[in-house]
Amino acid sequence: MTPAIRPRLLSRLEVGGGLLVAVALLAVPLVAAPFQTITVCYGLVFAIAALGFNLLLGYTGLLSFGHSAYFGVGAYVTAELVKYLGWTSMEAYVVAGIVASALVAALFGIVCVRYTRIFFGILTLALSQVLWSLALKLFWVTGGSDGLRVPTPTLLFGTLAPTKDKMDFLAYHYYYYVLVLFAAAVAVMWLIVHSPFGKALQAIRDNETRAEFVGVQVRKYRWIAFVVSGAFTGLAGTLWVPLNGLTTPDILYWQFSGRIVFFVVLGGFRTFWGPIVGALAYNYLETYAVGFTVYWQLVLGLVLVLLVLTLPQGLAGAVEALSRRLRGAPAVA
Amino acid sequence: MDTLLSQILNSLFYASILFLIACGLSLVYGVMRIVNMAHGNLYAFGAYVAAWTVGLVAGRLPDVNPVVLFVLLLAGALAAGAAGAVLEPTLLRPLYKRAEEYQLLMTFGLLLVLEDVMRLLWGPHPLTASVVSDALPSVSLLGLTYPGYNLFVIVIGGVAALALWAFVYRTRFGVMLRATSQDMRMASALGINVKRVYVQAFTIGCLMAGLGGAVVMPISGAVLGMGVDALVLAFVVVVIGGLGSLEGALVGALIVGFVRTLGIMYFAEVELAVLYLIAAIVLFVRPAGLFARA
Repeated sequence: MTPAIRPRLLSRLEVGGGLLVAVALLAVPLVAAPFQTITVCYGLVFAIAALGFNLLLGYTGLLSFGHSAYFGVGAYVTAELVKYLGWTSMEAYVVAGIVASALVAALFGIVCVRYTRIFFGILTLALSQVLWSLALKLFWVTGGSDGLRVPTPTLLFGTLAPTKDKMDFLAYHYYYYVLVLFAAAVAVMWLIVHSPFGKALQAIRDNETRAEFVGVQVRKYRWIAFVVSGAFTGLAGTLWVPLNGLTTPDILYWQFSGRIVFFVVLGGFRTFWGPIVGALAYNYLETYAVGFTVYWQLVLGLVLVLLVLTLPQGLAGAVEALSRRLRGAPAVA
Repeated sequence: MDTLLSQILNSLFYASILFLIACGLSLVYGVMRIVNMAHGNLYAFGAYVAAWTVGLVAGRLPDVNPVVLFVLLLAGALAAGAAGAVLEPTLLRPLYKRAEEYQLLMTFGLLLVLEDVMRLLWGPHPLTASVVSDALPSVSLLGLTYPGYNLFVIVIGGVAALALWAFVYRTRFGVMLRATSQDMRMASALGINVKRVYVQAFTIGCLMAGLGGAVVMPISGAVLGMGVDALVLAFVVVVIGGLGSLEGALVGALIVGFVRTLGIMYFAEVELAVLYLIAAIVLFVRPAGLFARA
């Protein structure tokens, strides 16, 4: 009797690599300076946003130019809870951020998922710009271009209050807090894309007509993917605010959406891990490019142009192709 | 009555500039099926080159004939057109066979690069050349005094719209352009050099954007970030009018021009939000815009 071949959920390479990365991420606050740790923390937050974004681009085939909207909703909801209700609990922020961004995504999604390709992109961009202009102009609610301050919150249902040295608190307690939520987000997204629902999204991406023909409710599935994607990005926005200490309309502006697109393309949107790699790598690139030249947009733009021309599969895709070649396995088109 | 007339003229002024930007965006999309995110930066590039050229000449020759300065504005348009003629074959042509995402990403990368190239070349401070707009006296119209230069811009917008219409619908090249836009493969099979049509369409689009930047420069100056602001408004224009349609760009520009003027008077806080809501409603009701072609 031959043993039944069960497809493994994770390959040996992924388990090994994942453990290595997990150990490295756990060790960061212990070995690195607070500034370095906070840089990694920003990277993890952006990686959550990139994961959410890639559910649309990589798995459903929809390129959104308006994901700043959900990131901004997550951030602004947190800031409004501080302003009007005086809440300080991070758990409350997280729940409110996820719920609010999912609601906004649900509303915007009703309009957006009717279209695909360029019209989807423009519509998402347009709706995010509406939120941006409201955040900018309704200054009595949102603080206008000055934005709103958000003090460092208490963690774990109020049991862990911020210490006197804010930097140390963010680089240690808050870092691990973000790391846990990041791990949870990765796990949830992994389950989503490997579930029957995730497979249906990929079917829609590859051939909409056939997907519809085998019984996939294309528009409904796209809408659900849109809402899930928005909720992930909203969670990232909520986690970002305490790091930054301030939320301004910049994070609702379309250039911030472009940045999320950039993370994912840099890492490679045809792989699960690519967006995470891209977000961490981009964050380093920006942190150092800004320090080293005022023309960092030029650097980023050139990197993007070169990536599109020479490395369309992104960093993760390039590594994958390289390892495949080293093992002598045939390339997959 | 005076305010009404001046508001109408202001709206037409906005609409002229918006049309000059949006028609190129629409033309390029109609022919090549690419939405050029860097289009606004070519408009800004036109403004910068025009301001720089006019400033250079007016600085050296203080008593130069103003007509010369008006002609020099064309330098902005020509520079933007030349930039387009270089960018299309080098950066966009390799991508036509790839997924649409890559073309958007490429033009987004270009947007970032051009934004900083202008900062690198001309520094962070705005450039202006109000000598040009000061050269035209104010005009009395039905008891209203209105800046002559603004009327000049309105005329330029109208002339550009007519010229472009004649070019696309009344010339041999226009026929080739429309054939390529309808069916690129069939046009190619009939012996049209599609590559050349693409370069020409892209160049004309950039030229119009550069002209828009050059004529608006004497009034609002050449500033960093003007390209992105213009792009965002031009998107609204082409979404309302229908991507790929010149008539749509004209009607869209007029609608956006009038709504903006009304917005500044009555709802300044939510002016942009209202514009985007109009765009969203149009997309919802007529997904391909008011003047969509099948």
